[in-house]
Amino acid sequence: MAAQGIRIEGLKKRYGSGDTAVDALKGVDMEVAPGEVVGLVGPSGSGKSTLLKCLGAVIDPSAGRMTLGDAVIYDQGWKARDLRALRRDKIGFVFQAPYLIPFLDVTDNVALLPMLAGVPNAEARKRALELLTALDVQHRAKAMPSQLSGGEQQRVAIARGLVNRPPVILADEPTAPLDSKRAMAVIRILNDMAKKYETAIIVVTHDEKILPTFKRIYHIRDGVTHEEAGEGRGFD
Amino acid sequence: MISLAGRDILHTWGKFVFTGIGLGLLIGVTLVMAGVYRGMVDDAMVLLDNSGADLWVVQKDTQGPYAESSSLYDDTWRGIAAMPGVASATDITYLTMQVRATNHGEPRDVRAMVVGIAPDGPGSAGWPPYLVAGRQITRSHYEAVADIASGFKLGDTLQIRRNRYTVVGLTRRMVSSNGDPMVFIPLKDAQQAQFLKDNEAILQQRRRTAENPAFNRPGVPGLLDAVIASQSTNNYVNAVLVRIKPGYTADEVAAPIRRWKRLTVFTRAQMQNILVNKLIATASRQIGMFMVILAIVSAAIVAFIIYTLTMDKIREIAVLKLIGTRNRTIAAMIMQQALALGLIGFAVGKITATFAAPLFPKFVLLMPGDSIAGFFAVMVICALASVVAIRMALKVDPAEAIGG
Repeated sequence: MAAQGIRIEGLKKRYGSGDTAVDALKGVDMEVAPGEVVGLVGPSGSGKSTLLKCLGAVIDPSAGRMTLGDAVIYDQGWKARDLRALRRDKIGFVFQAPYLIPFLDVTDNVALLPMLAGVPNAEARKRALELLTALDVQHRAKAMPSQLSGGEQQRVAIARGLVNRPPVILADEPTAPLDSKRAMAVIRILNDMAKKYETAIIVVTHDEKILPTFKRIYHIRDGVTHEEAGEGRGFD
Repeated sequence: MISLAGRDILHTWGKFVFTGIGLGLLIGVTLVMAGVYRGMVDDAMVLLDNSGADLWVVQKDTQGPYAESSSLYDDTWRGIAAMPGVASATDITYLTMQVRATNHGEPRDVRAMVVGIAPDGPGSAGWPPYLVAGRQITRSHYEAVADIASGFKLGDTLQIRRNRYTVVGLTRRMVSSNGDPMVFIPLKDAQQAQFLKDNEAILQQRRRTAENPAFNRPGVPGLLDAVIASQSTNNYVNAVLVRIKPGYTADEVAAPIRRWKRLTVFTRAQMQNILVNKLIATASRQIGMFMVILAIVSAAIVAFIIYTLTMDKIREIAVLKLIGTRNRTIAAMIMQQALALGLIGFAVGKITATFAAPLFPKFVLLMPGDSIAGFFAVMVICALASVVAIRMALKVDPAEAIGG
């Protein structure tokens, strides 16, 4: 196990109780190393979203253990006192739709996270611009989200997910609204960023066209994950 | 940290500005309503100030001359003038009526309070203390000084009952407690205007008196003429205005007049109480009710707008929460927007009220203190109105950003 990255052991989630209880996750095991991008696939209702919400500290798992880097963040209960701070500092999110804040320009959409963490505005914007440059959208730094193309919006969303240098990024179907070319570009960017910033990235996807790009894929069915090797074919 | 509220307002400035203008018009109406009330109180105070009196002597057990009718013999002042502490005692009459200006195009009626002033000269109690044009009344009959708010001009001819008067002077801020402009005429003329019957009524009265055997006795020559003469004279006034000598208090002077003249005497504080707390009490309650309704409507509008704006941002709020934004940052964003809306509304309202106030027929007094109180009231209303939207925003589940 690397010094960073994420490890999940026996993660369970039960909704409801008694006769109406539903076990959405029945013991998920996962491990993603720093700099690695893995796919998480499964049919509708298999528990993908529940797993993502548990990993994102949005809902409480019922049992299990999660380790983020060297720190155990969940072990039969959250170890962090402030889950908002945990999400802000340790977990990056990239959504199916970019969900950029429409009243902030591109730079501030990205810089908002470090600002929320108490980083001075100038420093936060500097960090944002660095990432926007790395993602080749620096020329739209002052544009409003509504003025961007779908691909540009998704790159800005990736920059937002990366800006606090989180050890893990959860990407929920980030290529769903994009055509093949743009979808490949987004996956390439995620791989590049994972390597550059030593970030573990979990990509939840239904997208058949990007599946061959993953070296490892976790299949989830009925609340249980099965790991298999991917083709790791590249991005062309 | 950047201002999320400020950025959102800049992003949707059109919605904010137009909502602020609508809210501002409501706030403007509220400020004008407060100004109307202040104007009524000020009119009452001006009435007392400009009368120049320290005491008002009126018919026993009445609250005249402004709140009720009051009749005194016009020689009552003589006895009062001799009372201890009295510097001067002056007859006065007040009659609110329609005064008609006849010499400029179409005859024009103006609701006015006709004040009959004793011929004691300028500076006496009851006289207009200053003029803005023309001169004071110098003749015993048929001259008038009018408040400029009446619209009368120097040289205008006024028809009051059977007589015509020439406007020789104009004064300002001489109004009744209802805000009606005053028209000053000589006391004798005013007594006639108020108490003299028309010719037909006088003839009828003479006939009735002549047919009454008690007054028309064969053995008492001159009785009938004396009775008719007493019925035809108009020796009543509405009040006596008293100025007191230095070194005396109003109560010291009022007490012997009440006791020995068996009349009702009001000090300035008592008269102020009658005018403000009794005469305009109902009107002020009415205005108060309107202001409460307007405040509720304003709050409802702000609440609705802020709620709608927040509903439009549910997904963004979920994202903000997911990426670690604190609840208080989100609550502050919503409250700041509500306060900004209130600020825009107040600015528009204040400007509207300032420009609209002079257009009202009655005096509208916009007090700086009322504006400051109004500003804080608007801010409190907006803060309270944002509570519903804040509660809703805080309930938003960050998981909504992930979906599934």
